[in-house]
Amino acid sequence: MNAAGSKAWRNDGAAKVTGRAKYTDDLKFPRLLHAAPVYADFVHARLLGISTAEAGRAPGVVRILTAADVPGSNRFGQIIRDFRIFADDKIRFHGDVVALVVAETRDQAIFASALVRVEAEALPAVLDPEEALRPGAPLVHESHGSNLVNTHRIRRGDVAEGFRQADFVLEEQFRTQCVEHAYLEPEVAVGVPRPDGVIEVYGSMQHPFSTRRFVAACLGRPLADVEVVGTPMGGGFGGKDDTAAIVCARTALAAQLTGRPVKTMYRRDWSIRESYKRHPYRVTYKLGVTREGRITAVQCRILADGGAYCSVTPWVTWRSTVQCCGPYVVPHVHCDTQGVYTNNAVAGAMRGFGSPQMNFVVEQMVEIAAERAGLSGTEFRRRNLVRQGSVTITGQKLDNHKVAMEEVFEAVRTRIGYEDKLARCSHGRSDTGLLYGIGLAMSYRGVSLGAEGVDACAAILNVQPDGSILLEVGVHENGQGAEAAMSLLAARELGVALGRIRYRRASTSTVPDGGTTVASRGTIMGGGAVTVAAHELKLRIAAAVAARWRCPPAEVRFEDDWVLGPADRMPFADAIALMYRTQQFPYAFGVFQAPPVSWDERTGQGDAYFTWVYGCQAVELTVDARTGKVTLLNAVAAHDVGRAVNREMVRGQFFGGMAMAAGYALHEEILSRDGRITNTNLNTYRIPRATDLPEMTALIIENPDPQSPTGAKALGEPTNELLAPAIANAVYQATGRRQHSLPIRLGAGSREAPEETCAR
Amino acid sequence: MKLSINGREIEVAPAAGERRLIEFLRDDLDLTGAKNACDIGACGACTILVDEAPAKVCAKRVKDLAGHRVLTIEGLAGPDGALHPLQQAFLDCGAVQCGFCTPGMILAAHALLLREPCPTREEIRHALRGNLCRCTGYQQIVDAVEAAAVHYRPAAAAAAAPEPAGTL
Repeated sequence: MNAAGSKAWRNDGAAKVTGRAKYTDDLKFPRLLHAAPVYADFVHARLLGISTAEAGRAPGVVRILTAADVPGSNRFGQIIRDFRIFADDKIRFHGDVVALVVAETRDQAIFASALVRVEAEALPAVLDPEEALRPGAPLVHESHGSNLVNTHRIRRGDVAEGFRQADFVLEEQFRTQCVEHAYLEPEVAVGVPRPDGVIEVYGSMQHPFSTRRFVAACLGRPLADVEVVGTPMGGGFGGKDDTAAIVCARTALAAQLTGRPVKTMYRRDWSIRESYKRHPYRVTYKLGVTREGRITAVQCRILADGGAYCSVTPWVTWRSTVQCCGPYVVPHVHCDTQGVYTNNAVAGAMRGFGSPQMNFVVEQMVEIAAERAGLSGTEFRRRNLVRQGSVTITGQKLDNHKVAMEEVFEAVRTRIGYEDKLARCSHGRSDTGLLYGIGLAMSYRGVSLGAEGVDACAAILNVQPDGSILLEVGVHENGQGAEAAMSLLAARELGVALGRIRYRRASTSTVPDGGTTVASRGTIMGGGAVTVAAHELKLRIAAAVAARWRCPPAEVRFEDDWVLGPADRMPFADAIALMYRTQQFPYAFGVFQAPPVSWDERTGQGDAYFTWVYGCQAVELTVDARTGKVTLLNAVAAHDVGRAVNREMVRGQFFGGMAMAAGYALHEEILSRDGRITNTNLNTYRIPRATDLPEMTALIIENPDPQSPTGAKALGEPTNELLAPAIANAVYQATGRRQHSLPIRLGAGSREAPEETCAR
Repeated sequence: MKLSINGREIEVAPAAGERRLIEFLRDDLDLTGAKNACDIGACGACTILVDEAPAKVCAKRVKDLAGHRVLTIEGLAGPDGALHPLQQAFLDCGAVQCGFCTPGMILAAHALLLREPCPTREEIRHALRGNLCRCTGYQQIVDAVEAAAVHYRPAAAAAAAPEPAGTL
C-alpha cells in the first residue's frame, strides 16, 4: 500500500481481480423479473398506436409498459425536457423506445418484445445538420419551433481589423464523425420495491442523483422515495448519464407496477442503437497570421449534430466555443456555434466534451499557418501560446495558477526527440514503402463544469469507536479509481493509516448530491470536500484532546496515526475512544464549492473556468504507402495534473485516454444507413485492441493548484483530446497530406466507407 | 454429465447440456466473473480457460465443457484467498480500472504465461488481442503480465510462491 505512490492502490482492486466484484447484472434478487425494450423500425414518424395484445399473451409476460403507464412525467432532460421515457407523440430516431416488456425470464421478454405492434406514419427525416437549419426542413420537435437547439458566440476585438493586420489568411473546413463510448458493460438497471415503499435502484450510471431525479419524476414520487445505490460500473466515459437514467426510470416503474424486483440488462445492439454518442462536428475555420508568425484573428463556425434530443448539447458546444482557439493568444475572435436537432443518434457527453473535435481542427490549423509563415510548428506555437498572465479569448487572465503550457510542451518534445525526428519524416517519399511521420498537439482545458452549472461536492467522515473510519463522498466511482483517490486523500489529510479508511459507497439517500462525476471533476471537487471534512473532524478531535491535555487546540497535530500535543501524544484510536467516553461524536461533514466563474452569453466573455490544465502529446507512426495502413510506433504525453494522488491510476488515465483517442483518429465511426445504425456490436464497431496501440509514455507534471484544496486538478479528459490531432499532424509529415475529416482514411488500399455515415 | 470447474467435480443432468454456458456459470453456479458484454464473442469479457486455453463462454453450451478442465477467475486465487501472483501484478501495476474486462483479461494472460513464461511485450499484446479494454489502453496490463511472468518459470515455481492455479 502506498501513499507515496510506488504501487497502485485501489480499495476495490482485490474484488475486481478475483471476480468477486458485483456489477449490477451480477446481483441476485428473489422473484426477479426481466425487462426488454421495444423499438420501432422508424427514424421519424408520428406514433398512431401500439398494440400489445399479442405480446401480452406470450409465455411468461407479466406486464407491458408504454407511455400511458407513466404516472409522473414522461419527459425529462438536463437542459430541455425533450427526452421521453417512452415515445408518446412521435418517433424521433431509430433508438426511441415505445414499450417495455416485463416477463419471468429475459428470453421471454425478448421474444415477446418482437410481438409488440407499432402503428406509425413515417415522416420525412432530417439527417444532415446543415439541412436541418434550412427553412422548410422537417422539424424534430415541432413545439421547439426550429431545429436549432442552441447557439454560443465569442465576440472579441474586431475580427475584420484582425484579418487586415494579417499577412496570410487561411481558411479550411473540417468534419468529425459520430463515435460510441463503447463502455464494456452495457446499460443495466435493477428496480427493487422495498417494504417501506421506497423504490431502490441499482444500475450502471455515472450520476446517481440525476438518475434519482428522473426516476422520481417518472414515478411521480418524492425524491426521498427513491434510493439509487452506487454499484460498480463497467465503464462510462461520459456515456452513462441520460440514457442510463432512462433505463433506470423504466425499470423502476416496472418494479413499482409489478411489485417485484425487475432487471433490464441491455444487449450490445440495443445499447449502441439507443445510447447517446459523441457529437459529429463541422467546422469552418479562418485564421489570420503575420509574417512574423503571430495569430491576429480567428473566425470560426461550429456546427454540432445533436441528434434527436437536446441532452447536454448546449454544454458540450459551450466548451468547444470557449476553447475554439486552442491554447493560443488571439486578439480578435469571432465564433458562432450552433447545436442542431436531427433524426440521427442522440449526441451527448463523451470524454473530452467538445474539445477533441476542436483540437483536431486547431492543432492542424496552427501547423498549416506555421508552414505558411515559414516557421517550424514549434517556433510558431512558442510565439502564440498562453503564458503566465496571458488573457484567453474569453478575456480571462491566467494568473491564479501556474500556466504550464510551455512546460508540458518542452517535456514532450525533449522526451520523444521531436525536432530530430521531424527532420527525418518522409513527406510522401520513401524507398521502403513505409512512410514515417511524427506529430504533436497541445491544449489547455478549463477544469470542472465552469460556467455550465452549479459546482459543489460534499463528504462525510464518520469515525467509529475503535478508530476505523467510514468515508462517503458525493462523487461516483466510474472505474477510474475515485474511491481510492478519496481514501488516500482522507488518510493523508487526517494523518492516519490508510487501513483505517473504509470507503462506504454512497447512495442518494445518505450523502448530498455532489454533482455528476463528469468534466474530470471527481478528484478536485470530491477531494476538496474530503479536505474540508477532514479539517472539520480534526478540529473536533483537537478540541477533545486539548481539553484533556490543557493545551490550545490549535497546537494539536495529526501524524502517522498519532495525535500530538506540545507535551503529550496518544494513538489516534485512543483519541477517538476518549471522545466516545465523553459523549462527543467524531463525525464531520464537509462541502467544497468551486470558486466563482462568470460568463456573458451575449459576447462570449468571462472567467469561464476557475482554473485550467495543460497538456501535450506526440506520436510517431508509419503509413504503408500502398495500403494506407497507419501503424502507431510510439506516443508520449505530458499533462499538468496539479498533484498526482494515486500515481499508477494517474498513468492509467493517460494511457486510457490516449487509446480512446487513437480509436477516434483511426478506426472508430458509427455508420448508418437512412438514420439506422449499421454497426451495432463490437465486431463491427472496432475499438482499439492491445495490438493496435504503441508503447506509451506518461509524463506527470505537478504544479499544485492554489484553487484546489488538495492541489489536484483534472486529467480524465485532457488525455483524450490530443492524440487525434497529433496523429493527423504525423500523417501529414509522413504523407504530405492534410487530414480534414475523422477517422483518418488514407490511400486506395484503405477501407472505403461502405455506407453513408452518420450525419456526414 | 460430469464437469470439472475450478478443480471441483460437478454432476449435471444431461438435459442441462443444451443450456447456454454463460447463464449456467453466472446464474446456477454464481460464477459471475465471466461478463456478458457482446454476446457474440467479440469482446472477451466472458473468457474462461478450457484445458488451459482461453475460450469465450457466450457462444458455448454447458455440454461443451464435458470432459475438460475448466478454470474461471474465481478459481485462480489460492484456496485461502491469497491472490495469485498474476492478480497481484494487475493490482500493483494499475492494470485495473472499471474491472469489467479484468477477469477475462487475467485468464487470457494466465493461459499465455502457462504456455510461454518468457513472452515479449509484443507476444503479450498478441495474446490479449481478443480481449477488449476501454479504460486502460492496455499499457499497464502488458506491464502486469510481464511482471508476473517470472512466477511461471520453472526455477521460480520450484523455489517459491504459490503454484499457479489452473494446474488444479
